[in-house]
Amino acid sequence: MDQFAVKVFVRLRPSVLDPAGEATKFASIKLGAEGIKSLRIGKMIEVKIEGNGENEVREKIDLLCDRLFANTVIEDYEYSLEKL
Amino acid sequence: MDNFTVGVVVFPGSNCDRDVSWALEGCLDIRTKYLWHESSDLSDVDAIVLPGGFSYGDYLRCGAIARFSPLINALDEFVKSGKRVLGICNGFQILTESGFLPGALVANKNLNFICDDVELDIVSSKGGWFNNGDEKQTIKLPIAHGEGRYHCDSDTLKKLVDNDLIALRYKNNPNGSSFDIAGITNEKGNVLGLMPHPERACDDIIGGTDGLFTLKSLIL
Repeated sequence: MDQFAVKVFVRLRPSVLDPAGEATKFASIKLGAEGIKSLRIGKMIEVKIEGNGENEVREKIDLLCDRLFANTVIEDYEYSLEKL
Repeated sequence: MDNFTVGVVVFPGSNCDRDVSWALEGCLDIRTKYLWHESSDLSDVDAIVLPGGFSYGDYLRCGAIARFSPLINALDEFVKSGKRVLGICNGFQILTESGFLPGALVANKNLNFICDDVELDIVSSKGGWFNNGDEKQTIKLPIAHGEGRYHCDSDTLKKLVDNDLIALRYKNNPNGSSFDIAGITNEKGNVLGLMPHPERACDDIIGGTDGLFTLKSLIL
């Protein structure tokens, strides 16, 4: 069995308004940061997972992302995978 | 309909389960039974309410974890059999997360938790959930949510409109919902999800009775 460290990024789809991102952008500008064109907030989920090779682990992570980690009506996801 | 029993589902974090039960039993004399979310035996209830609250602490997304409870798994058969399911607030979020209703509910546009009475237009008669006779097309119900902004893509919205699935629309959209949507039904009409709380409007002494009709219509 191989062990992998997976980082999943879940983001609101570009078409979905992100009011928390907008509020944080406003605060960033108040802090004096210049040049911010857009700011959107997402989630990062770290998973350590075992499996027989990368393909099997990718299948499991795809299922988790599609059915649980993200709601694909409003969110997109991507992930990176590192063999430990 | 003496033995008609409404199952009121209790998740860890539900907080309107007792309100729903009180409104059904106390105001309408309809028998209720609490159903713990780990139960999958729905054989002795005739309709189900998924009440408001914060199931599983709203972790990940509102309703995302509740969707995997044994009870929600058993709900598929229940819905297919034509029995009626009413999802209120967090219950609506659970119904969209689990695919019984299309779309999703996301953070309010202004980020506020909104606790207010709102005026609603009754749009559809599908399912017979609302009294939309000639004289009353508008009702007033309380809302209390931070993540009640209904969102769907344009194809889904067209489907909702074309198939008469939009049950309620806000008169003055408080949260940025697409097309002012406050509640929708499935195609068959036996599943209704809405953000407003009918169970909090069942007695004049607490400000109104516009929620009575919807709760009463669990018996159809």
